[in-house]
Amino acid sequence: MTELPIYIILGIVSIGSAIGLLLSRNAVHGALFLVLNFGVAAIFYFMMNAPFLGVIQISVYAGAIMVLFVFVIMLLGAERLAAVDTGARIRASRFVLIACVSVLVISVAYAVLGQSAPALASAAPIDSSPLAIGMRLFNDYTFPFEVVSILLLVAMVGSVVLARSK
Amino acid sequence: MTTINFMVILSAVLFAIGVLGVLTRRNAIMIFMSVELMLNAANLAFVAFGQKWGQLDGQMFVFFVMAVAAAEVAVGLALIVTIFHSKRSTDVDDLSTLKG
Repeated sequence: MTELPIYIILGIVSIGSAIGLLLSRNAVHGALFLVLNFGVAAIFYFMMNAPFLGVIQISVYAGAIMVLFVFVIMLLGAERLAAVDTGARIRASRFVLIACVSVLVISVAYAVLGQSAPALASAAPIDSSPLAIGMRLFNDYTFPFEVVSILLLVAMVGSVVLARSK
Repeated sequence: MTTINFMVILSAVLFAIGVLGVLTRRNAIMIFMSVELMLNAANLAFVAFGQKWGQLDGQMFVFFVMAVAAAEVAVGLALIVTIFHSKRSTDVDDLSTLKG
């Protein structure tokens, strides 16, 4: 694949921004790292023949959701985070945790790279235009669509009830 | 290594970083952002597999995951604001009154 170097460069940016989120001392910096991560994910969507999802990723995730996060962080004045606790027990448990997570990642990598299934060259590029997605959404996925619309309504009412001042 | 393999491994790494964030950070907002990172990693795997098998269903699932994530963020941030109003803190270690 000639595209693989581009994937690898974007992957490094993606993992780097995720680690930046993990280690950031300032919540606003963490939110900006997450925006970078979502932007890279949107580029991945464009490269993987999902242009509609790429646009949605930028407008909904990197736009609306992250604006909500930054808004709440600044509303609460909670951008300065407490120093990370580095007691001996905490550090030991963190080491065990990192070891467990590394086992997860290595086993996934082993399973993916060790598989000998033939490359699926016959899978034709799918039609992922907004038209095709809309047709699929309103023909095959009508019920989930309605459930999601009710879920969004419930979430809207619920957040207004929760956040209003008594 | 094909791009699909690469995307699945990248997705696993991002998910693992999200797990680490949820389990090691003590600020509720940072935990929440790590959850978003994990959802995003799952979405990447959905699109990668959907492209490999030539199906549109992977992209449809990502569409629904995004809608649910938006609802989750709205309610979760409202909860954090409410907790901050009563506790003056977003540290999850301060929320131990139900511990018994």
